[in-house]
Parts: sequence; C-alpha cells; structure tokens
Amino acid sequence: MSYVAHDESVFVRPAEVEEPELYHPKTFIGKYIWSQDAKVIGVQYSITAIAVGLVALVLSGIMRLQLGFPHTFSFIDPSNYLQFVTMHGMIMVIYLLTALFLGGFGNYLIPLMIGARDMVFPYVNMISYWIYLFAVLLLMASFFVPGGSTGAGWTLYPPQAILEGTPGVHMGIILMLVSLAFFIIGFTMGGLNYVVTVLQARTRGMTLMRLPLTIWGIFMATILALLAFPALFVSAIMMTLDQTLGTSFFVPALVSRGEHLDYSGGSPILFQHLFWFFGHPEVYIVALPAFGIVSDLIAVHARKNIFGYRMMVWAIVAIGGLSFIVWAHHMYVSGMNPYFGFFFAATTLIIAVPTALKVYNWVLTLWRGNIHLTVPMLFAIGFIFTFVNGGLTGLFLGNVPIDLPLSKTMFVVAHFHMVMAVSPILVVFGAIYHWYPKVTGRMLNDSMGKFHFWVTFLGTYAIYFPMHYLGFLGVPRRYYAVENLDFIPQSAQSLNVAITIAALIVGAVQLVFLYNLVWSYFKGKPSGDNPWQATTLEWQTAHTPPTHGNFGSTLPVVYRWAYDYSVPGVEADFIPQNQPPIKRAGSSEEA
Amino acid sequence: MTSTLLVLVAIMATVVWWLLRQTVNVRPWIAGRPAEGVSGDGALPLPPVKVGLGVFLAVATSLFALLISAYFMRMEGADWTTLTVPKGLWLNTAALMLSSVAMQWTRVAARRGRIDGVRIGLIAGGVFTFGFLAGQLWVWRQLNASGYFVAANPANAFFYLLTALHGLHLLGGLWVWGKTTAKAARGAEVGAVRLSVELCTTYWHYLLLVWLILFALLLSTPPRQSSCPPDTFAICGVTK
Ligand code: HEM
Ligand SMILES: [Cu+2]
Repeated sequence: MSYVAHDESVFVRPAEVEEPELYHPKTFIGKYIWSQDAKVIGVQYSITAIAVGLVALVLSGIMRLQLGFPHTFSFIDPSNYLQFVTMHGMIMVIYLLTALFLGGFGNYLIPLMIGARDMVFPYVNMISYWIYLFAVLLLMASFFVPGGSTGAGWTLYPPQAILEGTPGVHMGIILMLVSLAFFIIGFTMGGLNYVVTVLQARTRGMTLMRLPLTIWGIFMATILALLAFPALFVSAIMMTLDQTLGTSFFVPALVSRGEHLDYSGGSPILFQHLFWFFGHPEVYIVALPAFGIVSDLIAVHARKNIFGYRMMVWAIVAIGGLSFIVWAHHMYVSGMNPYFGFFFAATTLIIAVPTALKVYNWVLTLWRGNIHLTVPMLFAIGFIFTFVNGGLTGLFLGNVPIDLPLSKTMFVVAHFHMVMAVSPILVVFGAIYHWYPKVTGRMLNDSMGKFHFWVTFLGTYAIYFPMHYLGFLGVPRRYYAVENLDFIPQSAQSLNVAITIAALIVGAVQLVFLYNLVWSYFKGKPSGDNPWQATTLEWQTAHTPPTHGNFGSTLPVVYRWAYDYSVPGVEADFIPQNQPPIKRAGSSEEA
Repeated sequence: MTSTLLVLVAIMATVVWWLLRQTVNVRPWIAGRPAEGVSGDGALPLPPVKVGLGVFLAVATSLFALLISAYFMRMEGADWTTLTVPKGLWLNTAALMLSSVAMQWTRVAARRGRIDGVRIGLIAGGVFTFGFLAGQLWVWRQLNASGYFVAANPANAFFYLLTALHGLHLLGGLWVWGKTTAKAARGAEVGAVRLSVELCTTYWHYLLLVWLILFALLLSTPPRQSSCPPDTFAICGVTK
C-alpha cells in the first residue's frame, strides 16, 4: 500500500531482529486460554477488569440508593454500606483501572505500536494474568465469607481496619490484604514485560522520540507502579501480621470495648505514610496512560500533529518523577509539622505545572484542527473538561488550610471522582471505541456510541458537580445516613435524590455500551485495516485482527514519528510511520 | 521515609537522566532512515533478560528501602527494645558470602568456557546458599525457643519479616539456580548456561548486599533514641 511516491534511495532493509521464540498454540485452549500471546492476554485482562468493574458499579448504585432514599431499603444496613464503599473504591482503582490500562491496553498495544512480535517474556506475561485473576477471585470471595468483606474504607487505615466493630474484621480484611499482595506480584510480572519490551524490542527506526504518546504514558505509568506498589505490598504484609499473629507494626496500645488489647506502640501514621507513598503515584498510574491515549485520540481524530510532542514526553516524565514527593498531602489532617505541610503543598502545586502544560497542548492541538466528532473524539474532549474541572478543585485541596475543613466531606469525593474516576473512565471508553475495530475487525455502532457518550458525560456532571456543594455544607463522606444535623439544610436531601437518579441513569446506560460490544462483534460494520486513517503501526498490520506474531513475515521499519497528519505538500492527509521519506522536487524529506 | 526517598530519587534520577539523554536535541518530526543496528535505536546493548533483571532489582530495592524506612519509623515508638542479635547470624553471613564468591567463580569459569568449573561452582554456590537458609531457620528456632516469637516486641517482628522476605528472594534465585544446575549436570555446553550463570551471579551479589545492609541495621540499632517525644513521632517519622 503506497500513499506517496517512494524515494528508493532511502529505502532501508527490514529490521534484522532476532526472531523471538514464538510459541505456537495448537489447540483452542492453548490459543485463547493458556495463551502467551500478548494480544490475547490483553483481552483477557480487559474482560476480567470490566467484569469486576461492573460489580463495583452496582455497588455504587446501591450506595447512591441509600444516600438518596434513606430508610427505604432494608437490605442496606450501616455495615453493608461501609463494605460497599470499601469494595467499590478498591475495585475501581486497582482491579479495574490499573489492570485495564496496564494489563489490558498495555498488553494489547505495546507490541503492536512499537513494531514487536510479542512481549519479551511471554510466559511470565501469561502467569501475570492468571495471578491477577486469582487476586480478583480472592477479593470476590470476601463477599461470601462469614462477616463479609472489609468495611475499613479503601484506605484500610489501621487500627480500625482490624479492630472489632469494623465489618469484615476477621476474614474480609485478610482476603483483601492477601488479594492485594497477589495483585502486586502478578502486576510486577507484567510490568517487567512492559518496561523491557518498550526498552529493548522496538523495531528498527522506532527511536524513543518516535514512540506514540500512548506508549510513553503506559511506559512511565508502569515504572511508577513497579516502584510504588512495593509500599502497598509491605503494608499489606505488615497489617496481615498485626491481625493474625498479633505483632504491633501499626496498632498502638489501646482499649477497645473496655478491654486492653495485646498491642502496644504500633504507629498508624507509619501505615498512612506507606499507603500514600503508593496511593499518590497510583493516581498517576491511572492518569498517565489516560494522558497518553488521549493525546493520540486527539491527534488522529483532529488530523493534526500533536502540539509540542517533546513537551508532552517531558511532562509525562516530570509528572512521574514528581508524583513520588507529594504523598503527604493526603495526611494533612493527621497533624504534621507545618514545614512539612508547606513542603508537600508546594510540591503538589508544582506538579500542576506539567499537568496544565499537557492540557494546553491538547487544546492547542484541537485549535484549528480538522476535528472529526467521532465517538473516540467526543470522549477525548469530554475527558479534557472533566479533568480540568477535577484538577482545579485539586489545586484548592492541595493547600493545608483549605483541605482541613473539606477533607472527609463529599467535596473530596466529588474531586477525586472527577479527576481520577470519571476522567480515566472516559478515556477508557474512547480507547475502546478507537481500538475495538483492530481487536475484532468490526466497528462499534456509532449511534449507540454517541448516546452512550452524551448520557455518560452529562450524567457524571450531574452526579459530581452538585456534590461539591454538599461538601461545602459539610456533608461527611462514608456516612450511611446524615440526619438531624443543624448545619445541613433539608434541601441537601433533595440534591441527594437528584444525584442518585443521575447515577442510576448513568449506570443503566453502561448496559447499552455492553450490548454494543457484543452486538458489534457479530453485526458491526467491517472496519478494514485502518478505519481511522491513523499513522501508528498497529493500523498497518497485514491482517485485522492481527495474527500471532503481529506483522506477518517481516517487521515494519519506522521512518517517522506518529504524528504526520495533514503534512503540507502531501496529498494524503496522513503518512504511516513505516512510510519511507518522500522525495520532493530538489530536496528529500530526509534530514 | 528519608531512606526510601533517597533510594527512589536515585532510581528516578537515573531513569530521567537516561530518558533525557535519549530525547534532548532530537527533532522527532523529521523523517529519516533508521540508524544501523538490529533493533530500536536507543535499546541497551544487553539481552532482554539482563535488562529485566535490572528492572526487577530496582523493584526489590524499592521494597527493601521501604522496609528499612518502616523500621526507622517504628523505632520511634515508646515500646522499642533492641534486638539481641543472635550469634548464629555471623556464621550465616559467612555462608552467604561464600555462596556469592562461589557464584562469582562460576561466572569466571563460564566466561572462560570451562564447563566442569561451572558445574563445581554452581554446586558450591547452592550448598552455601542452602546452608545460609538453614542457618536462618535455625536462628528463628533459637529465638523462638528463648521466648521471642514475632509478636514479642517490634524489633523481633521486624527481624522475622526482614529475614523472611530476604529468604524468599533467595528461594526465587535458587529456582533459577536449580534449572541451570540441572542443565549443566545433564552435560549442556557452556554457551547454553552462560547467561543464566551471569544472571544468578548478579542476583546473588545483590542479595548479599541487601543482607549486609539489613544485618548492619540490626547490629547498629541503638537502644532507642528518644529524640522525639512519643506524641510527635508522626512528624519525626517523616524526617527519619
Ligand atoms: C457512576 C459511577 C460512580 C458512582 C455513582 C460512584 C459513587 C460513589 C459513592 C456513592 C461513593 C461513596 C461515598 C461515601 O459515602 O463516602 C464512592 C466512593 C469512592 N469511589 Fe466511586 N462512584 C463511581 C465511579 C467510580 C470510579 C470509576 C472510581 C475509580 C477510581 C471510583 C472510586 C471511588 C473511591 C476510591 C471511593 C472512596 C471509597 C472510600 O471512601 O473508601 N468511583 N463512589
Ligand atoms: Cu495525591
């Protein structure tokens, strides 16, 4: 396939990459179940993550029912409510978003986009998925054990997480901690693959600065995750020991229900440091892949090169580095030395600089672009709105005096849902609409997609925008019911009803999306190899869906970056990355 | 958390430095023929497993650094008592050092292409490593017998936790060691085991280093610095 005349003099032999020892599945099971093909593993990760995410979605609906219509549902009691809050939060952050972005998109896209046949350690990659699945099953099992799942809040703060009175204090919390430990082990196996594959398996000509931003985002997020998850791992093990063997890592001497417990001297603050040392980078573990993907969606669907590619790369790297020195902004209320508060407030505000820079660059890319309002583009634009909104409230919360009264209120819930729940989820949807044709060979239905977008985007605004006001009023988070408090006016309850209705509608519309996924798999319009006319390598494969080994007999050679859209003087409005430089009158494109 | 921060800043600084070196002065929008070379430009001239091991060691470093930070912070607690370091640990340390020496010797033999040297070296390395692990278990039993189980006091809890995690890492190494040794014993060429031998050696040196740091930590911990009044350890914790 040739869009422009080749300049034969600059043609380069295909890469002489050592053929990896591709494993050749023979049976159905070998091909789709015990598969070592990163594409299959990516799909397995995605399906599992979406399935468990649906559980979390249902839980959020139940919570909203309780908040909107207290005294109505007998099956929700205060303990249940806390259990649902906890499981919803943990599932969404770790088991859905982290697994989907890195395990799902990472596995599917990394080898294809960098021009590799597979991940460098396919066997380890396969094990990674099965350990993830095991972690998910352990977590789900905790719903059914005596006492139910833990209700400690997704932050799992000790001592309450392991003291009588908190739901799920015997088995629920242990299953949660063990499941997290397994998740981390599984993730580490996958993560080694993602990093080493990006570093070592790029095809010929694919320099770091020609990588699509999607890969940069996933790459940096994986580095963050590899270094940050050990903190959660350590705290999970130490808390398990506190609960089972009675060590006192985190639990101080205390009297519980009139009884002196056997603990002494442990430090709850130590847990908070460890947890947030992981917890803050975690925000960027889900944000950086979203940043990367959204950059590519915008460039492709606005037919324009990304504004400030190098700035975008450095911003990703800078955000990654900075995200390790802001963690204590989650601990302002724990009572800390004002100088530390100042330090962490300052770093928190500094990290906004590269982040804002990215937002400007997205907007400038859209500026005078040839914007196609496709479904992926709609979701990308929706992301920019929601992310800016959530980011701005983050700037407020980053300041100690503002955070102190707002922390533990619905304001925080509104803030983090905007910035790290809805925004990445919008990107997930955009990415699925964008890459579904490559995975299945069929387009997702457009009308259903647009309907899904508008209801989800407007609906989430309807849910979270008013929630900020509830926070101002002082409505606390993690409360089963808020009643008979003088400072909260009656009208707050009307607002709660409205929010709940919006949440139920948004939840229901996700069924349309699921239906679309299934329907289009059988009945969708055939997509061809490159339906979006995109430049990156995954769209240049000989087959759609790509076969085992991705690129047929020879690997592509890369001659240019991923953003040659609407190049002046070239007829086609995009030039694939594997297109050799063009000879123009008198000069060649080559530098 | 200072020790963790220092380690992580070092790791991140390396990452950032390396990435910047690869990306500064590059004009990505200019198309051109790829440089000569087998794969993506900027790939490290190493086999993927070696890079993989390097990345894994970074992860393990993060893990142990966090544990050490936690150790320091917990030390501020009012109930901290010093661990009486069991004498057996000196012997174990010697065994681990010998295993590292044996692995280094194996690496040299592999480089020189002497398969019999590789076989002997591997077996010696394994024997000393198992010796170390058995020694650690024995120290555990001793401590336990003298009434110091995990929950006895925080220093003991950390001792069990640190040695267990370190031991598990060694067990993981022994698994690769086992596969390599079996291969060598079945008469494989030197070329077929050289890479695994190199990986094992690096890993053994790394775990020896970690152990020496942990051991030094256990030995040097002073009775308890009461520089921080107990009620402010939250703040002191950050600086420690
Ligand atoms: C329509 C979608 C969603 C709805 C209606 C929803 C609703 C809620 C509600 C009602 C709470 C509990 C508030 C409280 O009582 O404290 C909550 C907490 C939370 N949600 Fe969501 N949520 C949604 C999506 C998400 C997503 C995609 C994420 C992914 C990051 C997420 C992460 C969290 C977290 C981390 C918590 C805090 C849990 C805790 O306090 O321990 N949510 N959500
Ligand atoms: Cu944060």
